Amino acid sequence: MAARIKPVMTDRAVIWAATGLAVAVMLLLLAPLGALGLSFSAATLTVAEGSALRFTLWQSVLSAGISVVLAVPVARALARRRFVGREVLIATLGAPFILPVIVAVLGLLAVFGRAGWVNGLLATLGLPAFSIYGLQGVVLAHVFFNMPLAVRMILHGWQAIPTERFRLAQSLGFSPRDVQRHIEWPMLRAVLPGAALVIFVICLASFAVALTLGGGPRATTVELAIYQAVRFDFDLPTAARLALLQFGLCALAFLVAARVALPSGFGAGGGRIGGPPAPGGWHRAGDVVAITLAALFFALPLGAVVLRGVPGLVDLPGQVWAAAGRSLGIALASTAVSIGVALVFAMAAARGRAWPALAATLPLAASSLVLGTGLFLLLQPYVRPSSLALPVTFVINAALSLPFAFRILAPEARSLYTDYHRLSQSLGLTAWARLRWVVLPRLSRPLGFAAGLVAALSMGDLGVIALFAGDAEATLPLIVHRLMGAYRMDQAAAAALVLVALSFTLFWIFDHWGRRYAAA
Amino acid sequence: MLLLENVVVTQGAFRLTADWQAAAGARIAVIGPSGAGKSTLLSVIGGFFGADSGRVMWDGVDLTRMDPGARPITTVFQDQNLFPHLTIAQNLGLGIAPGLRLARADHARVDAALTRVGLAGMGPRLPAQLSGGQQSRAALARALLRARPLLLLDEPFAALGPALKADMLALVAELAGESGATVLMVTHDPKDAASFAPITCLVAGGVAHAPQPTAALLANPPPELAAYLG
Repeated sequence: MAARIKPVMTDRAVIWAATGLAVAVMLLLLAPLGALGLSFSAATLTVAEGSALRFTLWQSVLSAGISVVLAVPVARALARRRFVGREVLIATLGAPFILPVIVAVLGLLAVFGRAGWVNGLLATLGLPAFSIYGLQGVVLAHVFFNMPLAVRMILHGWQAIPTERFRLAQSLGFSPRDVQRHIEWPMLRAVLPGAALVIFVICLASFAVALTLGGGPRATTVELAIYQAVRFDFDLPTAARLALLQFGLCALAFLVAARVALPSGFGAGGGRIGGPPAPGGWHRAGDVVAITLAALFFALPLGAVVLRGVPGLVDLPGQVWAAAGRSLGIALASTAVSIGVALVFAMAAARGRAWPALAATLPLAASSLVLGTGLFLLLQPYVRPSSLALPVTFVINAALSLPFAFRILAPEARSLYTDYHRLSQSLGLTAWARLRWVVLPRLSRPLGFAAGLVAALSMGDLGVIALFAGDAEATLPLIVHRLMGAYRMDQAAAAALVLVALSFTLFWIFDHWGRRYAAA
Repeated sequence: MLLLENVVVTQGAFRLTADWQAAAGARIAVIGPSGAGKSTLLSVIGGFFGADSGRVMWDGVDLTRMDPGARPITTVFQDQNLFPHLTIAQNLGLGIAPGLRLARADHARVDAALTRVGLAGMGPRLPAQLSGGQQSRAALARALLRARPLLLLDEPFAALGPALKADMLALVAELAGESGATVLMVTHDPKDAASFAPITCLVAGGVAHAPQPTAALLANPPPELAAYLG
């Protein structure tokens, strides 16, 4: 049917623009991969590389498994209890997605670190201390980031169960156990594998967490090994080999993720009437404990950063503000590019083409360090890498956030097209008039939300910049990391506070702007 | 004069042909069973679907390759005729200048068109603040501003009650009479055809038949139409 619609000028303009951008995205991904391939020499992995691969897979499995298992009781409690602040809590579960990794790590160190609150408690009780470095620390941080995502996905599954089914169960006299067995467990069986897979894939490309909490022969991810090969050993053939290995991991994950219908993590949690029955007694106590522990697990580290960071705000070193300016510039530039490209792809996809979706999601198959290493190999014979740190970070941030922006925009662009394409055509709206009077106003809400996500992600990103930056090019997350490395923890916390404030403010401004503009 | 010259449209197994002409100023009802291709016929004339072969001509000009907005045609759809985020005045303004750069005189024309269809003073409102009948009136007011010689109505009043629908048909007849526009109107209801259109195009069995006098057609329907009318 769509193929029968006559292509008109604006359609052609969109398709041509999308084609050009798709070629650009392909080149951006293929050129670094080509450079990696050319410097490929030996196919065998050294012992260290093999253990990096094993660690990467093992920590991903553990992180995914633990996140999902812990998320189930929290999601169930949120699904069946109604309390003041529930909506806020559910909305807050989306926050870790845009929380800069380095900020969370700093908070986790304050709570679980050597001199942290938990170890203080353990010492008082006469128990052995918990070390946050190594596998357990990496997994802890991954659970911190991904359990909220799992909760949202599982909560979505719970809310998708028709209320009638619970009413039927009640009328048949089901006990809570029967409800679990006949209604809730089948839902979980359908939702959990997808949720675990998403988290597994996210953790495969973990860099910043491994950089700060991992390291050493026993806790190095492939991404971290790439960084070390370039930065410490300047062993470019090894870096290339590792980058290809990481690309293989990501590409595999990409193929799996493309085949499995991923549960949605956004927008769950309306205040619907009904829902699962809320049994009393110890079930109730269990739910209270689950929600309280989860809320503390997320609130304490952030609270620790705030407590520690506020005093240091007054005399932050000047380099922090300079780095904040650089980070803001990169975030805004990559947001503009990423959202612009995603919008063109979304509009082309709405016109019934399949390839724009592929072009927009392809960056998922690459990681920050893989692309960075490829570009490093390409460019370092000609220019000093540090002089390219900021442009490269901007381009890679824009490319890597493209899939998220596209996913948010595509369905909205599709329904806009279905509803108003013929009217726009019959009025003879030009491409510009259509953008100004139809597309931007109608899509401002998803555009604002997507722009907020991309800006916050880019603001907090600590990836490729670490590969390229010298002293004069550091972004704010990198400055926080360097302050931590120098054990200037109070300054690190203050800079982290600035970082998290900027990230959330960027998100809020864009999202708010989108909603306001869409108010009509 | 509207001329459909050996027009053939296919969509999978569906096939529709049309080969007829209609005089300028004619008011034509398009009637037939659902799924027979009434809307498809209008889409081909309006330029939203490409025909596989044949030509659509208006006054000797070949429209077949023209973009919808460039054709001497205004289409009023079944729904989604107004952008919900633009005011009624802006929605009408799009009919004058698709970039919405309006001169003072254009605003006066918008106001005059609103008054003409009985919506005086409604310009600043959003479509959602208007009733269904008023929204239809706004769409007609925009058609008035566009002043194209051919008006295609794809059941725009189907959701209105009988009295409102009769009002709207009377308004369309009046406006078309004033401007001399040719009107093609898809309808489910033989009473609409009888009251509004002296001639009727029957779409059935894969053919959009040449328009014939409505009264005679309804009084003595061919088998496909008889089955539809029941």
